[in-house]
Amino acid sequence: MTDVREVLTRVHREEWARVVATLARRIGDLDVAEEMTAEAFAAAVERWTADGVPPNPGAWLTTTAYRRAVDRIRRESRREEKHREALMLADTPEPLGVIDDDRLRLIFTCCHPALAVEARVALTLRLVGGLTVPEIARAYLVQEAAMSRRITRAKTKIKAAGIPYRVPSRDDLPARITGVLAVLYLIFNEGYLTSDPAKEAVRADLTGEAIRLTRLVRTLLPDDHEVTGLLALMLLTEARRPARVSATGELVVLAEQDRSAWDRDLIAEGHALVRACIATGRPPGRYQILAAINAVHTDARDARDTDWSQVAALYDHLVRVDPSPIVRLNRAVAVAELDGPQVALAEVEGLPLDGYHAYHATRAELLRRMGRGGEAREAYDRAIELAGNSAETAYLRRRRDQLGGW
Amino acid sequence: MAQYLISVLDDTTGSATEAEMAAIGEFNERLRAGGHWVFAGGLAAPETATVVDARDGNPVFTDGPYLETKEYVGGFWIIEAPDFDVALPLAALASQRCNRRVELRPFLSA
Repeated sequence: MTDVREVLTRVHREEWARVVATLARRIGDLDVAEEMTAEAFAAAVERWTADGVPPNPGAWLTTTAYRRAVDRIRRESRREEKHREALMLADTPEPLGVIDDDRLRLIFTCCHPALAVEARVALTLRLVGGLTVPEIARAYLVQEAAMSRRITRAKTKIKAAGIPYRVPSRDDLPARITGVLAVLYLIFNEGYLTSDPAKEAVRADLTGEAIRLTRLVRTLLPDDHEVTGLLALMLLTEARRPARVSATGELVVLAEQDRSAWDRDLIAEGHALVRACIATGRPPGRYQILAAINAVHTDARDARDTDWSQVAALYDHLVRVDPSPIVRLNRAVAVAELDGPQVALAEVEGLPLDGYHAYHATRAELLRRMGRGGEAREAYDRAIELAGNSAETAYLRRRRDQLGGW
Repeated sequence: MAQYLISVLDDTTGSATEAEMAAIGEFNERLRAGGHWVFAGGLAAPETATVVDARDGNPVFTDGPYLETKEYVGGFWIIEAPDFDVALPLAALASQRCNRRVELRPFLSA
């Protein structure tokens, strides 16, 4: 029994997206595809326990889910039945996109720009990741019923609006893959810095899921260097996770982390991916540059050995690709190491980030280094007010209280 | 083939400039050439509307629009497209050409 459970967990991770995606293509209905896949997994618990695990679990699940879908559709109204049966019989492949993979079609459908961003995240986790609705609701701090409505609404829109189940054409691909990567990065970041103070500070389940999905996209689009860059960025960030929160639940900033606790395997893999991107000689995009910055950080045995001029140079590059105030804020941290806090503060002041906790936290640290304790305290107060993450708030409180009599 | 409504959101009626009208004309030609054209038209101001309620058999006519909003539908296209990903760029082009925001909505499939 335990064996079957273990196999099922593994097969669920490996095959869920493939089964949903195959069904979605063959019957043209995401809703039915998802429900029948869930039923097939439920059936597998019983059958496999009684009869043993079949030699090809993925094929068994696909066949079972497909049979159930056909039964279900036969029970539906006459017109629907005719329509769907025609679709099933024809089973005509759509005009082939850049890559003909059902899972890739599924990912692009879930991340369609006409859907709200929260819906894209939820649909991707549900249909591609195979997370249950309660799991997604928990991860995104929404009531289960509300999350269920969000997913249903998105699926209804896909169906009613005629959003096609298709990998975009080569011309549209770069624009659409950007949206896919943004969804994957959102999932990762929610795991890496949970936005709710009531939740644990780091959610390894979500960072793990984001990495798994990004790996999947990379196997499907191996020549897209931004995909590789995002995977490298996630791995190099994830590598530091074990050192990121102290035993007392406080955030440990990069400079103070115990680097021996970092995951060396993930770092090695991340570095290899960054090198592979650089070797192409093509101008890097946002994720590749961010990965390269993280490669510099994880390269230093000690925080003092960090090659700040290289970090600053990479941020200069990033500013050209993405001149957003958040990038300029992060760049200022490197500038402070190279040219001192005055120069960095001058660059930070006036950035339109008053509602962003990291802006105030960065200002607080710079002001503190310049000996302007009173202003630093005010900035810490504002950062604490805005920070959502419990570990981060604990860190900021301690830093503020260390200011003592200033 | 599916049909879609592209409605033009505006807060004044008949406010398109000559250049905008010319761009809309070109866009209409393009819709016809691509086999997407079904119908298009501009609407008179909401104040010209009459609300009619004859649900109980005794028609009641009310002068003025059903909803008072700052922005309203000033005109629309009905287009035909094989799927949403064909309709979406057409809606983007419509917005660009008429220089207004538009809403893209599918018709209920028959």
